[in-house]
Amino acid sequence: METKAHIENHATGSGTYVAVWIALIILTVITVAASYVHFGTFNLVIALGIASLKASLVALYFMHLKFEEKITWVFFLYPLALLAILISLSMSDVFFRTPVSP
Amino acid sequence: MEEMVERAHAHHVDPVVGYESSKFGMWLFIATELLLFGGLFTAYTIYRAKYPEMFHEQHLELNKPIGAINTVILICSSLTMALGVTSIKRGKQELLRLFLSLTILFGMMFLINKYFEWGHEFRDGNYPGTSIFFSLYFMMTGLHMIHVIAGLLVLAVMLALSFTGRFSDKYNTPVELGGIYWHLVDLIWIYLFPLLYLIG
Repeated sequence: METKAHIENHATGSGTYVAVWIALIILTVITVAASYVHFGTFNLVIALGIASLKASLVALYFMHLKFEEKITWVFFLYPLALLAILISLSMSDVFFRTPVSP
Repeated sequence: MEEMVERAHAHHVDPVVGYESSKFGMWLFIATELLLFGGLFTAYTIYRAKYPEMFHEQHLELNKPIGAINTVILICSSLTMALGVTSIKRGKQELLRLFLSLTILFGMMFLINKYFEWGHEFRDGNYPGTSIFFSLYFMMTGLHMIHVIAGLLVLAVMLALSFTGRFSDKYNTPVELGGIYWHLVDLIWIYLFPLLYLIG
């Protein structure tokens, strides 16, 4: 374990945080602007794509995930994988269930 | 620091192990939080797929600019929180207090905006029982609001403790963990905003 190195304060520099902040603000402006234009289904793709990009920036830099050990990544990604299973199987149930007469 | 070492010895916990396990504990809690909101995101996905027209029509009643302003406010609060953690890791206690205060201020601005927003929706006759869309809207933003309030309480305790000189470059685990929680609140809003306000 490299815990010693960790407690020796891996403090991300303020410059990195400000850069991430600027990126987040720009992405917010883009996603709001895009919502005023009609792209059809693409609106959904753009909105969720940008949201995921922003969420990744927050998790990796603000939440410091980028510098954490693998086990922390497991803690973060495992519930997301469960969620993907929950949503996809629920959706398949909603759309492909055939009514059965009693 | 002296005090912390003594306390650590009293409990026979190595400070390094204590720090790492505290952080794992916070990430485990975050995992449960993701699943808590995940249930609502699942409900949203199913009903949006079933009733796309209803979601589209009703999401137009939400105030997009206020939602966008609240998004920017939370992003700013995340920045000040991160800068606060960096400050204390460099031993700058005054800066920690400044950034914690700013973060709390941004969090309260978010809540005040949300208060007026909900008031506006109630005046328009949109209640949690109005439709599935508004039911989800109030549940999702309401649960998120509870998290903002909880986060603000945590930050207020951190601010109070920072005045006792408890935190330093050697010991700042609670500030860092409080920060991770606060960023989670931001992260969830980053999804709520487009889902409810932008694409409905």
